[in-house]
Amino acid sequence: MEWLRADQWSPYVAGMGIGVLSWLSFLLSDKPLACSTTFARTSGMIERLFRGKKVQDRPFYKEFPPVIDWQWMLVLGVIIGAFISARLSGQFQLSWVPSHWQAAVGTTPFVRWMAALIGGVIMGIGARWAGGCTSGHGISGTLQLAVSSWLAALSFFVGGILTAMLIFRVLLR
Amino acid sequence: MTGVVFGFLLHKGGATRYDVIIGQLLLTDFTVVKIMLSAVVTGMIGVHALKSIGLIRLHVKSGAFGSSVIGGLIFGVGFGLLGYCPGTVAGAVGQGSLDALFGGFVGILIGAWLFAAIYPKLSAILNKGRFGEITLPELLRVNAWAVIIPLCAAIVTLLFWMQESGL
Repeated sequence: MEWLRADQWSPYVAGMGIGVLSWLSFLLSDKPLACSTTFARTSGMIERLFRGKKVQDRPFYKEFPPVIDWQWMLVLGVIIGAFISARLSGQFQLSWVPSHWQAAVGTTPFVRWMAALIGGVIMGIGARWAGGCTSGHGISGTLQLAVSSWLAALSFFVGGILTAMLIFRVLLR
Repeated sequence: MTGVVFGFLLHKGGATRYDVIIGQLLLTDFTVVKIMLSAVVTGMIGVHALKSIGLIRLHVKSGAFGSSVIGGLIFGVGFGLLGYCPGTVAGAVGQGSLDALFGGFVGILIGAWLFAAIYPKLSAILNKGRFGEITLPELLRVNAWAVIIPLCAAIVTLLFWMQESGL
């Protein structure tokens, strides 16, 4: 079982594993692998803590009710699965600032935290706007040959590459 | 259970690391594209084979230029700043990245909530250029395998070329 403890697998092996997992999720659960709707449902659950049933007045939460569903459990599973993998390979480590960011920007956790928070807000809006994320559109949608998903996935990378280049190759030069 | 395996594979592939994702967006590390394209080829063949024998049905998302492209570009801006996506941010939380937990995870929740709040005002732009739940084979009016076989061949060729050229 030494392979379970390896630091990293070939990206092709990990990718093919995810591909096989997508067969199983269609076959056993009648669902594609996807993550981002969970964030929308959870945001509604949090709003419900403050505003009670009035949350249901928002048309968005009528379409996507703030409840724990299959995909919510999937995202919870992703956290657990990555934790198990990191522990098995001895890589689990609490850290604030990733090394590439440290080298380019600095070691201050606050700066990285703000960038991640703002990036997250923009991503949260974009994921709902496009109706999916890198897993729902980028993997599950493209493998079903959905036109919407191919357009969205290409747009994710065009936007991402331009933004990363602007930050690290232009602004921080 | 599916999620646990998904998270395990994302971490083992390296896709839960900020450095790997930002390296992809800066076009210096192609790990993310390798994982995604391997998953897409494997998934595409298997899922369509299962559909051909009637064991599963597809779940194609509806789309419009106003939602898929504009939303995709907005997502991309967040992707470049955050350096994780909604799936890998969860994986990054599992590996102990606090920027993913307190920054990315919380940020995506806030963003999704903001979207829900402005959603009623966006219907004109979200529906601009709507084409619905169409797939590439339906668009081209051909059998699904007439798209799958050449597309998978092209992706595999691209992956071999990337490997050969040291990307």
